[in-house]
Amino acid sequence: MKRSFKLEDLDCAHCAQKMEDAIAKIDGVKKVNVNFIAQKMILEAEDDRFEAVLAEAIKKIADVEPDCKVLV
Amino acid sequence: MTKKQKKILIRIIISAALLLFLHFVPSTGNRILDLAIFMVPYLIVGWDIVLNAFKKIFKGRLFDEEFLMMIATVGAFIVGEYPEATAVMLFYQVGELFQGIAVGRSRKSISDMMDICPDTAVVIRNGEEETVDPFEVEQGETLLIRPGEKVPIDGVITEGATSLNMSALTGESLPVEKNTGDSIYSGSINLTDVIKVETTAAYEDSTVSKILELVENSTDKKAKTEKFITKFSRIYTPCVVVLAVLIILICSLFTDMGVKESIYRGLIFLVVSCPCALVVSVPLSFFGGIGAASRKGILIKGSNFMETLSNVDTMVFDKTGTITKGNFAVDAIHPREVSADELIDIAALAESRSNHPVAESIVEAHGKHIAKDRLGEVSEIAGKGIRAVIDGKTYYVGNGKFMEEVGADYHECHLPGTVVHVSTGNLYLGHIVINDEIKADSAEAMEKIRQAGVKKTIMLTGDNSKVAEIVAKTVGVDSFIAGLLPDKKVSELEKILGNGRVVAFVGDGINDAPVLTRADIGIAMGALGSDAAIEAADIVLMNDSLGLIPSALKIARKTLRIVKENIVFSLAVKIGILILGALGLVGMRVAIFGDVGVLVLAILNSLRAMRVPR
Repeated sequence: MKRSFKLEDLDCAHCAQKMEDAIAKIDGVKKVNVNFIAQKMILEAEDDRFEAVLAEAIKKIADVEPDCKVLV
Repeated sequence: MTKKQKKILIRIIISAALLLFLHFVPSTGNRILDLAIFMVPYLIVGWDIVLNAFKKIFKGRLFDEEFLMMIATVGAFIVGEYPEATAVMLFYQVGELFQGIAVGRSRKSISDMMDICPDTAVVIRNGEEETVDPFEVEQGETLLIRPGEKVPIDGVITEGATSLNMSALTGESLPVEKNTGDSIYSGSINLTDVIKVETTAAYEDSTVSKILELVENSTDKKAKTEKFITKFSRIYTPCVVVLAVLIILICSLFTDMGVKESIYRGLIFLVVSCPCALVVSVPLSFFGGIGAASRKGILIKGSNFMETLSNVDTMVFDKTGTITKGNFAVDAIHPREVSADELIDIAALAESRSNHPVAESIVEAHGKHIAKDRLGEVSEIAGKGIRAVIDGKTYYVGNGKFMEEVGADYHECHLPGTVVHVSTGNLYLGHIVINDEIKADSAEAMEKIRQAGVKKTIMLTGDNSKVAEIVAKTVGVDSFIAGLLPDKKVSELEKILGNGRVVAFVGDGINDAPVLTRADIGIAMGALGSDAAIEAADIVLMNDSLGLIPSALKIARKTLRIVKENIVFSLAVKIGILILGALGLVGMRVAIFGDVGVLVLAILNSLRAMRVPR
């Protein structure tokens, strides 16, 4: 499954890179793209684990930039 | 500015004012009291950074910029440089704020530019007008579009006639007349009259949604330069931190400058440890360039394609529909043995089942009713022509090779053009000459393409070399390869590819999808409404003028120049600060000023990419 999420208050470009690196390591993630310019994340993960992966990804994003919110 | 940005701006102003005030007030002489005083502007501007930094310590993210900034400033406080510590935090916040504003601005200006899709649609249901979200309109419903409104969904006019401004789609600002029965595209603006339109697609399959999606996702396909920056930024911060530690150790152990000065020099390194200037400005430049291009009716499907386009040195063009209009018309009929009418009658009957443009032009020139019951078995021989049984007699309609094969005593025409020969058995009946018009702006565009730095232009065509030569000479392409069957175009292109060349192929996307895919860069033109072309190409021109290609080249080259300027400039300044800082020639204040300065200049430079070059 592939879904796109809007990110609010993603303020720094290098943080986007770090989020992408961290999320890519989550088990079940096929592909992830955190786009600083478009302020969105495109997450592709295995269908049956998608919800779990998404929750984990939201946590990783908060680790890197506490102010950044994922609009689900 | 967002609320959050305004709050930070206020904090920056208060802190800066306090710092400036403290600059003119003499020290209290008491270190602890001084520290407490400077803590005020420091914490006003940087409390959130310090807080986040502490959170990150527990999560083990020790190479994060916020953490390093905290170490640098706290370190400066420890060695007694209070004003410097405060200034570093202040400038760091200024840089972050500026970066946020600049990126927000450019994102907004590009999305405004792409604001070609209305929020509502007026649909007629059960004879009544209803204003709804375009998402809810289904295929086959009837829309009412008033003058001044944007067309929300693709459709066909069922009532009324009007003129449309299609500049958001094609970059062409002259209005286009549309009558009942004509197709219109979402994103156009209705200028003069009320029209009713039956939708031919759902909102998400309409032209405008597809364009928006393409442009929005284009920055996901990263250019090589961007990938390099990503890799570089991953190692840059750790390297700088390690160097900082080394400087502190070496200076304090092997020189007589003392621990305090050694630490101070190491801290300077931490101040420039963020690769922000590069990480922000490079994608921002690509995004701006892609935005500028789409404003001209050029859709570039990824940053990587823009990078390749900027390096193109060889351009291969399809002839029909690309350099020429593709509107074939019969120029001359040269009969033998039969009358002109009889000759065209035979040819039209034989070609009546084909939808090739040449066949269609013969049928059109014939102009009369085609009695299909006279037609017996018809077979098409690829690359040669058609064998057809008419009134029980077998006729051969095709090129010279075909005539040779059946043994007809044919001769080539003295006129240029596509020649269709006709024979029955080996009895030659004459030929028909068909020509295609060259687009008015092809020659000028070809000259501009050369001026934009393309070294070699090549034309591919299925036509005979006589036609090809005349077209090539008229528009000024360097060379041509004629007489190609459609499947041979790919192998010819493959011969041109490689040898260090960067090759673009330009076609109309109808029959040349494999060639578009095979080239380093596939450019499809006149793609408005053609999904296949949009799918196969890397770059899509919304109208069918070659004149957009020089613009695309210019935008790509300008964007890449900006990217390179930013990379070289940012690295030079950072490395300069590192060296001067290590030698003790610049202090922390200069270092942070230089670092934020680079960030601001690189972003301002990348914003230039959004402007369309003339």
